Amino acid sequence: MFDLTLAQARDGLRKRDFSARELTDAYLGAVAALNPKLNAYLLVTEAQARAQADAADAALARGEAANLTGIPLAIKDLFCTKGVRTTAGSRILEHFVPPYESTVTANLLRDGAVFLGKVNLDEFAMGSSNMTSAYGPVANPWTRRGDNRPLVPGGSSGGSAAAVAARLALGATATDTGGSIRQPAAFCGIAGIKPTYGRCSRWGIVAFASSLDQAGPIARTVEDCAIMLRSMAGFDPKDSTSADLAVPDYQAACHRSVKGLRIGVPKEYRSEGMAPEIEAMWQQGLAWLRDQGADIVDVSLPHTKYALPAYYIVAPAEASSNLARYDGVRFSSRTDGGDLTELYENSRAAGFGAEVQRRVLIGTYVLSAGYYDAYYIRAQKIRALILKDFTDVFRTVDALVTPTAPSAAFGQGEKMDDPVTMYLNDVFTGPANMSGIPGLSVPAGLDSQGLPLGLQVLGKPFDEETVFAVGAAIERASGFSALPGIRAGVAA
Amino acid sequence: MSYIIEGRTGPWEIVVGLEVHAQVISNSKLFSGAATAFGAEPNSQVSFVDAAFPGMLPVLNREAVAQAVRTGLGLNAHINMVSRFDRKNYFYADLPSGYQISQYEHPIVGAGTIEITLADGSTRQIGVTRLHLEQDAGKSLHDQHPTKSYIDLNRAGVALMEIVSEPDIRSPEEAGAYVRELRLIMLYLRTCDGNMEEGSLRADVNVSVRKHGESYRTRCEIKNVNSVRFVMQAIEVEALRQIEIWEAGGTVQQETRLFDPNRGETRSMRSKEDAHDYRYFPDPDLLPLVLDEAWVDGMKSALIELPAMKRARYKTELGLSNYEAWTIVDDPEKAATFEALLMTGLEAKFCANAVLGVISRKVNEESITFGLIPTIHGGSFFSNLTEIMRAQVTNAISANSVSAIIMSTPLDAPISQVRAMIKEREQVSDTSAIEAAVDAMLAANAAKVEDYRAGNVKLFGFFVGQVMKAMAGKGNPGLVNEVLKARLG
Repeated sequence: MFDLTLAQARDGLRKRDFSARELTDAYLGAVAALNPKLNAYLLVTEAQARAQADAADAALARGEAANLTGIPLAIKDLFCTKGVRTTAGSRILEHFVPPYESTVTANLLRDGAVFLGKVNLDEFAMGSSNMTSAYGPVANPWTRRGDNRPLVPGGSSGGSAAAVAARLALGATATDTGGSIRQPAAFCGIAGIKPTYGRCSRWGIVAFASSLDQAGPIARTVEDCAIMLRSMAGFDPKDSTSADLAVPDYQAACHRSVKGLRIGVPKEYRSEGMAPEIEAMWQQGLAWLRDQGADIVDVSLPHTKYALPAYYIVAPAEASSNLARYDGVRFSSRTDGGDLTELYENSRAAGFGAEVQRRVLIGTYVLSAGYYDAYYIRAQKIRALILKDFTDVFRTVDALVTPTAPSAAFGQGEKMDDPVTMYLNDVFTGPANMSGIPGLSVPAGLDSQGLPLGLQVLGKPFDEETVFAVGAAIERASGFSALPGIRAGVAA
Repeated sequence: MSYIIEGRTGPWEIVVGLEVHAQVISNSKLFSGAATAFGAEPNSQVSFVDAAFPGMLPVLNREAVAQAVRTGLGLNAHINMVSRFDRKNYFYADLPSGYQISQYEHPIVGAGTIEITLADGSTRQIGVTRLHLEQDAGKSLHDQHPTKSYIDLNRAGVALMEIVSEPDIRSPEEAGAYVRELRLIMLYLRTCDGNMEEGSLRADVNVSVRKHGESYRTRCEIKNVNSVRFVMQAIEVEALRQIEIWEAGGTVQQETRLFDPNRGETRSMRSKEDAHDYRYFPDPDLLPLVLDEAWVDGMKSALIELPAMKRARYKTELGLSNYEAWTIVDDPEKAATFEALLMTGLEAKFCANAVLGVISRKVNEESITFGLIPTIHGGSFFSNLTEIMRAQVTNAISANSVSAIIMSTPLDAPISQVRAMIKEREQVSDTSAIEAAVDAMLAANAAKVEDYRAGNVKLFGFFVGQVMKAMAGKGNPGLVNEVLKARLG
C-alpha cells in the first residue's frame, strides 16, 4: 500500500480496493513506527484523522468522491489548523491553538483530504536544514551510502519532505519563501512546487516574509503535486495579494508533450565552483528534454548574482515586522518582566531561537532610519531588475531549467558555523520568490554517495501548467525510482 | 488683523500647523469586518485581524476609501489615483501587530485648502498638505488595577483620516476656525461625526514662534488635544512658554508635549532623542491602492453642497443676514430643517427666523435634536409646523400666535387639533369691527386722546394695547395700527 502514489491511492480508493480508513490506519501505524527516528511530525492527530477517513469512506460509498477524498496528508506546522496546535516550529507559539483554519488547509478539507498531523519545520520557516526548529531537527530518510550519520532533509519544509519521502504521508503542504519547498524536495528525492505568488492564499499561514511566502505541495511525483495544487490554489478575498484567476487542470498538464517548447538555460546559474555532479545532472536533464523534442537555448539573467543578497534584506525586513506580534501579550508564550518593555524583551528572548533573533535584528537594522535607502530601497530596486530579467527571457523561452540546490543533503550540524554558508542554499531558488514566478523541483538522479539530486523548472507567472509539463517530462525520462533507507513498509 | 504677542524683546508671531485625526464613519474597521460602534463592551468588537493573530491578513474597507476620497473632494484637494499603505513599526500593548498600517509616502489625498472666516469678517486660505488613511490603536486603561494595565481593542483598527495642514495658521483664533470648519465639512459629508468628547476628532498641534520676517524656529508638537477651546488655549500657552525661553537666551527643544487644561500648561512627553524610529516600509500584505477614475468622478458629481457654498447661497440668493447664514449652516441639522421649510414654499427670511427662534426653543423644550424635526412622527409634526407658519403668511394669525401654538402643540398632535388652535386665535381683519373697537376705545379715553394730540405720542402703544385687549388679542395688528393712525390724524 505504501508503494502507491497519491494518484494511484486515489484510484484504489475510488475502486474500493481499500478503504480510506485502512489507508489512514496504515499511515498512522507507519508514523508511530518511524517518527521517533525522523522527528518529522510534531503532532499526530490520530482521532481526527480516523474520523476524517471514516467521513471519506462514507462519501466514497455515496459516490461523492472529491479531488482528495480519503488521501492522508501531512500539514506543515506553519498552517493554522482550527483546534489543532500550530507552533511554526517556535517555542513562542508552543501553546497556540488557532481558532481558525487556514484557507489552503480548508480547501484541502473541502476536497476530502485526511490530515495525519502537523510536521516539523525551521522556526518560522527560517532555515534551509530544519536545524532551527525549537522542537529538534528532522532527519532525512536518506543517508549516504555506507554512512549512517543523519543528514538534514533541507528546509524550511523539512518535516514535509521527510514525511513524504519516508512514506509517512501521501503528500504534504509546504511553504516556500526562498526555496523552502524546492530545496527539501530535492534533498529528499521527491517533487515539490512553489506556485506563482498569489496562486495560493496566505490567509492563516504564519507569516515569514509576506511578499515572498507562497504555499505549495510536496509529493512523491510531479503528478501528485499537480493533484494537490489543484485543491490548494484559488482566489481568496481574505488575502489581498491573492490572484483572482481560475485554477487550471494541472494534472492534465503533466501529460502534455514538451515537443517544440523552448527551454532556457541561464548562464549565470553556472557559477564557478559548481559541483561537477550537479553540473552533470543538469546537462543530463537538458538532454532528456532535448530528446523529447524541446529546444534548449542559452539565456542570460544578468542580475542573478544580486538576488541572494537582496533576498536576505527583503525577507528579514518583512520578518522583523511580521514577528513583532509575538510579544508575550496575547497568544504567545510570556516571560514576565518588571515593566512592559521587559516583558517584551524577556518573552522574545526566551521564545525566539538564535536564527530568528538574527533575522529580526538584520531586518530591524535594514529598515532603520539612515539605512533604509541603502539597504531596503536598493534591495527592492534589485528585485524589480530580477523580475525584469525573467520577463525578458520569458519573451523567448517557455521555461527555464536549473539545478535546485548547489549540493545534495548535508549532515546535521554541517554548515552551521557561518550563516552565510547556509544562506547559499537558496542561490538557485531565491530568484523565483523575488520575482514571484513558479518553480518546481523534480528528482533527477543520485549522486556518487547515493543521495538524490533535484532539477528546478521555472515558468512564467501563472503558467504552472508548462512547469508541470516540463517537470513531468524530466521525471519520465529519469525513471527515478530510488528509495530512501528509512521508509514505511520495509523492516528497519 | 494679525495676532502678535508682545515680548520683552519685541513682538512675536506664532506659526501653527495642525494634524487632525478624524475617525471615519464606517460600519467596519479599516482592514477588518469588526464593528466600530462607540461605547461597546471592552474587547467585544475585535476580529482576529485586529488582535493580530498569526496568519491574519488585512483587507481594505472600500467604504473607508470612499469616505477619504469624499473628504478630499470636500477640501478641494488633489485625489491621488495611486496610493500605498506602509507599516509604522513600534511596540505597545494596545498595538497588537507591533505596527500601525498608515500611508506614509503616498497618501490617498494630496494638497487642498480650507477657507476660514475670522470674527472681523476677514477670510484666509489655510493649506491642507495631505490626508491619509490609517488604523487607530487600541486603548490602554491604566487606572483599573494597581499594578496592571487593561487593554481594550475595540478601537484597534478603526479607520482614521489624518488631515495635515500647512504651517499657515497664525493665531489661536485661526486654529479654532480651521478645526471648526474642517469638522463642519466632514459633518456635511458624513465622513466623520466630529464628536470630540468621544475622541472621533482630535488634533496634534505644532507650534513655533518667530520674529517678523524670520524663517521658522524649532517647533513643539502638542499631542491629542480634544476640543477646539483646548486647541486655542494650548497654542497660546505654548507660544508664551517658547517666547519666554527664547527671550531668556535659551533654545526651544523639538519635542512632543501634552496640554493639561486643568493647569493651563503644556508639559514634555518625550524629547527628540527618545523619538521612535518607526522603520516605515510598504505593507507587503496590501497591494497599492489604485482608484478608478470613473468611481472618483462619480463621487465628485455626487458631492453635496459644502458649508462655505451654503453660507454664500443663503446670503446672496436667499437674502439671509451673515449671522443667520452662519448660525444655520453651523449646524447641518438646522440647515436641513431650514431647507425643508423652504421646500414648502415659505419665504426664506421667515423660515430662518423660525429656525433660529421658535423651532430652536421647541427643540430644547422637547429635548429632541434638530435633525428629527422633518421626520418625527412620520413627518406629521413638520406638516403641523408648516400649517401653523402658513397661517401667519395668510394673515390668519399673528406672529405671537404662531409661537404660542408651536410651543403648546404636542409633537404628535393631530392636524385637526392644530387647526382648531389656529381657528381659536384667528385674527379679526374685518375693518368695520376694528373701526368699531377703535372708536369705542377712543371714546372711553378722551383725556388721553387730548394728551396724545398735545404731543405725547408714546400713548399710541397704549391705544393699540387697549384695542387688542377689547378684541381679545385677535385684532389684526396691522389693521389696528392703520385705523388708529387714521382716526388720530
